[in-house]
Amino acid sequence: MKFKLSFFLMSLLMPILAKAQEVNGPEMADTFRSNGKIYVVISVIAIVFVCLIGYLIYIDLKLKKLENKK
Amino acid sequence: MIKWWKILSALLILYTLIWGMLGPVPQLDILNETIRNVYYHVPIWFAMLFQMGYSVVYAVKQLSKNDLKTDIISHQAAQTGLFFSLPGLLTGSMWAKFTWGTWWTFQDPKLNGVAIAVLIYLAYFILRSSIDDEQKRARIGAVYNIFAFVMMFVFIMILPRLTDSLHPGNGGNPAFGKYDLDNNMRMIFYPAVIGWVLFSLWILNVKKRLAFLTYANNEI
Repeated sequence: MKFKLSFFLMSLLMPILAKAQEVNGPEMADTFRSNGKIYVVISVIAIVFVCLIGYLIYIDLKLKKLENKK
Repeated sequence: MIKWWKILSALLILYTLIWGMLGPVPQLDILNETIRNVYYHVPIWFAMLFQMGYSVVYAVKQLSKNDLKTDIISHQAAQTGLFFSLPGLLTGSMWAKFTWGTWWTFQDPKLNGVAIAVLIYLAYFILRSSIDDEQKRARIGAVYNIFAFVMMFVFIMILPRLTDSLHPGNGGNPAFGKYDLDNNMRMIFYPAVIGWVLFSLWILNVKKRLAFLTYANNEI
């Protein structure tokens, strides 16, 4: 019983603890690198860009072929 | 084979796409993580300005040499520049929504200036398409191109600096003064500018060769 009461009192401190974390400057994506699988998103961006570049190279080479025909 | 500078542009942009997201940035209110847009939004506009500059150089060459090839290059460069203003406007609008609280504001002289500059260049394409004689089109187009470039420069680079602007580096402040302090951002921002300018040159290169081929085909 005593244990439960102390647990209850401690839980009242939770908002203060939560508040204490907010004070440190403007909110940034602090957990950006630690979790949330953001690396997956970055690799997706990279893959999309590499595909686009590959397509541009393909068009470029095709154009070169056409130029050499002349 | 593909030219080395084309590969370099792809590698530089890839580097900024990855490290622009992962690298450390200054922690600022309101901006928060959107400060990373500096790596993507600003270089697009640099590429646009570069293409318009390229276009006006070839417009001057056209007037002095009267060579139709320079006219084709000038025209294609203006098209490429106008194309780059589209992602520039869209990304700027997106960024404005989440930092200034609105998609578009007529309070900001830079936004107004860009809108006018885009309209001036649209008029350039309409003017060109309305003239059938190619010699005449080349000469009138070149003269208008010089006018358009000067007007764009006044509207984008000069007028916003004379009044208050929401854009950093305007309203009497030195450009990029805030970011120049941060070496981490510089290491990504400058490669991004070089990468996107080279990338725009790549697109221009493909467009130009295509236009030459089309022109040669029409001659036969």
